[in-house]
Amino acid sequence: MKGTVLGIEGTAWNLSAAIVNEKDVIAEVTDTYSPATGGIHPREAAQHHARYASTVIRKVLEEAKRKGITPSDIDAIAFSQGPGLGACLRTVATAARMLAIKFNVPLVGVNHCLAHIEIGRWKTPARDPVTLYVSGANSQVLAYRMGRYRVFGETLDIGLGNAFDKFARSAGLSHPGGPKIEQLAKKSTNYIPLPYVVKGMDLSFSGLSTAATEALKRNSLEDVCYSLQETAFSMIVEVTERALAHTGKNEVLLAGGVGANMRLREMLDIMCSDRGVSFHVPEKRYMGDNGAMIAYLGLLMYSSGDVMSIENSHVNPNFRPDDVDVTWLE
Amino acid sequence: MELTNGAEATVKLEGGYLTKDRVAKRYRLRELDERIRKERTKAESRLMSEARRLGIPTPIIYDVENSVIRMQYIPGTPLKHVINDELSERLGKLVGLLHTGGIIHGDLTTSNLILYNDRLYMIDFGLSFMNCGVEARGVDVHVLFQTFESTHHDHKSLTEAFCRGYRHVFTGADEVLDRVTEIEKRGRYA
Repeated sequence: MKGTVLGIEGTAWNLSAAIVNEKDVIAEVTDTYSPATGGIHPREAAQHHARYASTVIRKVLEEAKRKGITPSDIDAIAFSQGPGLGACLRTVATAARMLAIKFNVPLVGVNHCLAHIEIGRWKTPARDPVTLYVSGANSQVLAYRMGRYRVFGETLDIGLGNAFDKFARSAGLSHPGGPKIEQLAKKSTNYIPLPYVVKGMDLSFSGLSTAATEALKRNSLEDVCYSLQETAFSMIVEVTERALAHTGKNEVLLAGGVGANMRLREMLDIMCSDRGVSFHVPEKRYMGDNGAMIAYLGLLMYSSGDVMSIENSHVNPNFRPDDVDVTWLE
Repeated sequence: MELTNGAEATVKLEGGYLTKDRVAKRYRLRELDERIRKERTKAESRLMSEARRLGIPTPIIYDVENSVIRMQYIPGTPLKHVINDELSERLGKLVGLLHTGGIIHGDLTTSNLILYNDRLYMIDFGLSFMNCGVEARGVDVHVLFQTFESTHHDHKSLTEAFCRGYRHVFTGADEVLDRVTEIEKRGRYA
């Protein structure tokens, strides 16, 4: 594998462009949309991306130039094709198409979930892991098998981060809710029973979020935050362990913004060491949504000839990771 | 002899019978962990016996204590190693019987069925519960179809064979199978 790829991420609130080659991330520039009140407003997020796309791209090209990489070195343009908010995806895809035409290089449409896995495999020693991918909108347990990354378990309704955000909003905490819930949870050790919903390998978080909101009427915010975290994390760690038992794999990789939570990491670490498998967490900049992961999977796909024409570069807000034929692995 | 060290329990063969012990999970709060293990052990033994009464081959239970169940040992082959269309259709019939009786298995995977003496035994009722709703039945079948898709190459024909068997014994089958399609679409980014 050899080449230099510019990738743009823009599935939700983070707009991020990066240039990578097979050795490392050469440059990365990020601009994050943060709502004044409430959660992510899809239209405003897309308007943010439209407003800052040219600045972010210009800056990343400048940063790369200082390191001796010029636009003529770029072999392909990658973009987050989905899953994500339609308006955001379309904005970023437009910028990517424009760059592909301007630099006269191929376009690579990247599945956002798989990009999280691949950058984890690049930046940690994990080789063939069970991946727990938990973010605002996504909560999935994935593993590679016979040419595809299969989804072994996932949320049946909303993502874990989204469940936390919904609860946080009802408790008067600002977006994003996760970090605030984590801080408040540290102040309690009083567990309030909340619904623990694991259905086989699948999970459900929306009822849990509602029950936590209800529990606020009778309990302190700290106790509810603590109980919400303990319940939700126990559920996803259980499903991750089930996937390990089912696939026989011996590595766990953590991905996604919720992976920043230290209590979740601690629980996964305990489960992995009790099971005798290794646990891998990429550094924080590669956990949440980032341009480097899009550029890197773009590079893998470009190297295996997996590119697309402008005509076929439609975005896909419901793009499933298990719909992608993995062309870049043995 | 230890047979499996699954995600939830250790299963041992002792003196001709099988002991399933739900082991404590250190990652979970003790209070939460004990609640889950006790609830699941109780529900499992109760619903396993109930399923037998409905005509579904399940191991006979000898004894239940805290988080340990002692039961009959079924020395066959897990369905995941031998599945074909014919067995998938038989599985459809068993699940149809189960749902007719108001039971949701909760963890229908091809590892939780054992072929022994040409009978298909259903095991591991650890996540089972009583429910006659279309939604619960739909999720039950959806979980199984997901294992077909994630671990078996010819999942399309297995799914079709399952549906044939399921429709054959269960009058509410069509409604449930329609719901399965809806559940697939509903999941976030599904």
